[in-house]
Order: sequence, then C-alpha cells, then structure tokens
Amino acid sequence: MMLTRRNLVGAFGAMAAGAAFGPARAAADIKLLNVSYDPTRELYTEINDGFAAVWKAKTGATVTFEQSHGGSGKQARSVIDGLKADVVTLALGWDITAIEKAGLIKSGWQTRLPDNAAPYTSTVAFLVRKGNPKGIKDWADLTRPGVQVITPSPKTSGGGRWAFLAVWGGIAKAKTFDLTTPDGNAAAKSAAEGATSFPIYDNAEAKSFITTLYNSHVPVLDTGARGATVSFAQKQIGDVLINWENELWLAKEEFGADKFEIVYPATSILGEPPVAVVDAVVDQKGTRAVAEAYLQYLYTPEAQDVIAQLHYRPRNLDAVKKYSADLPNVPLFTIDAAFGGWTKAHTTFFADGGVFDSLYKPAQ
Amino acid sequence: MVAAAKRRVIPGFGLTLGYTLVTLSCFVLLPLGALAVRTAQLSWPEFWATITDPVVVAAYRLTFGASAVAALCNAVLGLMTAWVLVRYRFPGRRLLDALIDFPFALPTAVAGLTFSNLYLKDGWIGGFGDRLAGLVNSAGASLGYPALIPSDSLGWLDFAYTNTPTGIVLVLIFVGLPFVVRSVQPVLQEWDAEYELAAESLGAGPFTTFRRVIFPEIFPAWLSGSSLAFARAVGEYGSVIFIAGNIPGKSQIAPLLIVQKLDDFQYAQATAIGMVLLLASLAILLVMNGIETWVRRRQTA
Repeated sequence: MMLTRRNLVGAFGAMAAGAAFGPARAAADIKLLNVSYDPTRELYTEINDGFAAVWKAKTGATVTFEQSHGGSGKQARSVIDGLKADVVTLALGWDITAIEKAGLIKSGWQTRLPDNAAPYTSTVAFLVRKGNPKGIKDWADLTRPGVQVITPSPKTSGGGRWAFLAVWGGIAKAKTFDLTTPDGNAAAKSAAEGATSFPIYDNAEAKSFITTLYNSHVPVLDTGARGATVSFAQKQIGDVLINWENELWLAKEEFGADKFEIVYPATSILGEPPVAVVDAVVDQKGTRAVAEAYLQYLYTPEAQDVIAQLHYRPRNLDAVKKYSADLPNVPLFTIDAAFGGWTKAHTTFFADGGVFDSLYKPAQ
Repeated sequence: MVAAAKRRVIPGFGLTLGYTLVTLSCFVLLPLGALAVRTAQLSWPEFWATITDPVVVAAYRLTFGASAVAALCNAVLGLMTAWVLVRYRFPGRRLLDALIDFPFALPTAVAGLTFSNLYLKDGWIGGFGDRLAGLVNSAGASLGYPALIPSDSLGWLDFAYTNTPTGIVLVLIFVGLPFVVRSVQPVLQEWDAEYELAAESLGAGPFTTFRRVIFPEIFPAWLSGSSLAFARAVGEYGSVIFIAGNIPGKSQIAPLLIVQKLDDFQYAQATAIGMVLLLASLAILLVMNGIETWVRRRQTA
C-alpha cells in the first residue's frame, strides 16, 4: 500500500527535485538535501557554511546545501513520499522512526551516532510578558484562573508534543537528572536502560491537570512551533507561551528583550531532536560519505559553539559550561527514562484515540 | 439522434470530445479515483469510526455551518453589490467593479493573516470600541473635559473575532463574494428595462416588480453563484487557518483535520474525511442544481 503511493508521489517529487539533482555529479560538486523541522533555519544556515569549509579543506570538493523546513511530521511524510533527502534532522525520534518503517532508513539509526543521534538538545520553558504580570513560575501556575496559555498543537507540531510531555512530567514529578555533568548523563542513560514500567502514564494528577490546561486555558492551538510564537509575541494573545527554549530566545531577540522574559520551570524535559542519514537515498546518489561526515560535524566543538550561540543546548559539556549564563542548568527528565521512548509516548498520548484526543471528547 | 451524430454542422466533434474527456480524466476523474481507492483501504468499521469521531463531526459541523452562513451572507450582499454596479452610474464605479475580483487574486494566506490581525483584540476592528473611547477621551481632554467616558464603556464595539467561528465566517464571506457578484452581474446587464416598465404600466409596485419580474430571471444565476461560494468555502484552507483557533471540537475546521491526519502518517483516514467533505459538497451542489432546473422549467412552462 505504501508502495503504490510512493511511486505516484515519488514521480512528482523527482520531477520537482529534478532541477536540483541532475544525474551528473562530478566529485568536485556535491549537493546535499537536509530536510529539517521548523525552527532550525538559522541554525543550519551557519552549520552548512561551516561544514562546506571543512569538507573543502579536507577533500577539495565543494558541497552545496538545499534546506527544507516545515513541521516535523510533514517533513517526514515528504521524505516517505519520495523527497530525496540525504539527511533528515527532525524534531523528534518518532518521525525518523516513521521513515525507518517505510524502509528508507536502516534500523538502529539512533545508535549510529553518539547521544541518541541527537547532536544538540533543547528544553521546554515559558515566555511571559515583561514583569511577569501573572506570576508564572512553575507548571502548576498554568491553570490558575485567568491565565491564558499559548502552545502549538501536539497533533501537528513536534514542539507541541515536547511541551505536552514537559507539562505531564513536570506535574507528575518525573525523576530528573543534572545533565551538565558526566555523572548525570550516565545516570540518565542507565535509568533509561533499566526502566521497565512507566507509572507516569497512570498519574491521575497529570491527567486532570492536562485536561484542565488544554480545555480551559488554551485559546488557540497553532499548527507549528513558529506559529505559536507569532500568536504570542506578535498577535499578543495569551499570558504565557510554552515552547522550545530556542523559540523563546528567538521571540525575545526578534520582538525586543524589553517586552518578554524567559521563565524556567523547576523541572523540564530534555528535548532531543535527532538526525539520521537516509540510507536509501545516499546509497542511490552515492553521497553516503559526505552525508555521514556532515552529521558527525555537528558534534565537533566548532559546531557545538554555533549550536549554543543560537540557543540550542550543546551536548559537549565544555560548551554547556561556557554558555551556562544563557542556558541555565535546569533539572531535566528524559523521554526514554520517564516515558519509555517515543513509540510508547506517541501511541499513548498523540495517536488517534490517544490521551490528547480524549481531552476534547464531549463528556459521555 | 443517430443521423445527427453522423452529420454535424461544425466539424471536429470527435477531436474536441476526445480532448474534453482526456482533460476531465487527467485533472478531475483520476485524482477523485485515487481518493476513492485510498479511502477503500479502510475497512467499513474503520471508515465509520473515522468519520463519526466526535472531533471529526464537530469539524464537519463547523466547516459546513460556517460555509453555509457565509454563503447566505454572500447571497444577499453579492446580489446587492451586483445590482448597484449594474443599475447605477456613479464616480468610482469602475474601480469598485475591479475591486470585486480582489479576493480571487489575493493569495488566501494573505487574506487570512490580514483578517486575523484586524480582528485581534488589539487590532483595528477587534479593538475598535477601546480605540474610539480613547479618541473621545483625548478629544475631551484637549477641550478641558478629561475622562469624558470610562475607557471600557465602548467595549461592545470591540469585534474581537480572531480564533472564533465568527472570524471564520468573516473570512469566508470575503473569499466567496466575487462568485455571487460575477454570476448575477451578466444577467442583470442583459436585462431589458422595458419589462420593468411593462410591469409598472400593469400596476405592479416596485416590490412586486422585483419579486415577480426581475428576481425569477436572475434566480438561477444567483443560486449557482451562491452554491459556488459555498463550495469554495467548504474547501478553503489557506485563509481560514490563520483565523480559526484550531481547538478540536470548537474552532477546528475539517481541512485542518485532514492535514493533521497526514502529518500523523494516516493517509487512509485523511482521505476518508476528505471523501465525506467531497460527497457532502456534491450532494448540496446537486440539490442546488435541481432547484435551479426546476425553477427554469416552471418559468418556461
């Protein structure tokens, strides 16, 4: 069933991409297509320039990049439908798993690169209006009377899903780790490996909090992370924005630091946007070596610096220390240790008939 | 019939019919067929469960409800607009006439953004009352009467419709207006004013003349224009998405649900929802067409 559709749409995809990826590929001219999620435009513009210089110095070949940005789920769908992406850099592991299920990425992609194949992380925090007039300090404050919350829809936005999980884990008091230290990282890793049951899914307090939050305090669910930022910052809707930390910084820089403040809750989630080489595409195009080097480049100190400067959290602990003024240490829980990974979280919370859908079912 | 098929006055029937069929097949029937095939991958209970999900039903209700209200408004506003443009001569008429096509040409996303900003509570229209109160008070202050009226006393003039169903209707009126105007206008232009004089000479008042003489003539065009506006509204995505709040069951439109299902890799469910939209629109258009034909028959009979 997947096949017929892929052939059909693939034909169109090939037509559209034809201009960019002609058959002639001289060694001196390599083109890579990086299909990414919504907020990473600025990040990959800089990373691509850096890698092109490194690759030129090393091999003498010129690499040029094509970037595609959009909602993480939509981007994964484009790749499944035949968009010839060499690498995917998406908002959450579930979307890369979907590409894997379609047979385009080999299983085990998450262990082929260090740190769960996520070269940088982010977290979920609050953006409030200057002076924090509603006194929002932690998760529990979000459902106080009169507080309006802006956050992207967990049905369509990767950022929206991370935010939902952050609220759930924050209210359910998920076990957190100090991820600025090697010990903390090791503890998080072993907790993820050792976990067998996940009582957090049955936490009644989190369930009722989430129900109240999305039903009575969220006036609009934008389809993407950037849309939610625009609703809050430009359209001036709501008292608090729950979004990617890097989006909050962007809003602050774009619309003026005199208008907004970033507030960190007592605990939050470690958001891990993973990256992978699309095996089927690089093998066909013969770009495997350069695509793999590109993703490994993300882990170099040079790239980790760029990552931190654009307000994503670097994996390199030296960089974490260096930028700790802007990216303060927040005790974080992880999706693997607290929720048992994306497949489980997605099926329970976000899939059709899951917890999120049930929030909006009229009372029977 | 057979004889007529063999000898036609205008040549090239075979060629043009072939061309028509190929075009129709490639651009209309093939995509529709693909939609049906894709939907057929669901079992009947799965299909039924998808389309009767309360959230999906609420989205249908909003999409069809808002489209119907918008089409009704357009039917009235469009008829009046066409009437004014055809029957009266006034400065700026040509410019106004050209402006009618504006919603056709404007990218729908731009329209959606503009509307959603206008109807924000800080927008020009969304915050109209507050702004007016501010103006009154500052004018009063300059004349020596500070705080003439309480600053929130004109709150009932704030039309903050962004993220509400009313906002959706407003955008759909914008998008659909030209359909009615452009359908009715040519018929009115062709209309011979002598019929009105005749009706008047036979003792009909202005209202009777309109009801018994003019309206039956423009009715078919008016109805088909309104149906087109309705059909367009049902499928509208780009503009509505900016002003709908996307809250499931409250302000989420059916086309957004389709996109949402696609993002979740549920192609079959997405096409199932699309299929229902399509069939419902088709049924409504058929009924409208039926009424139109019936009225025409009655007129000629």
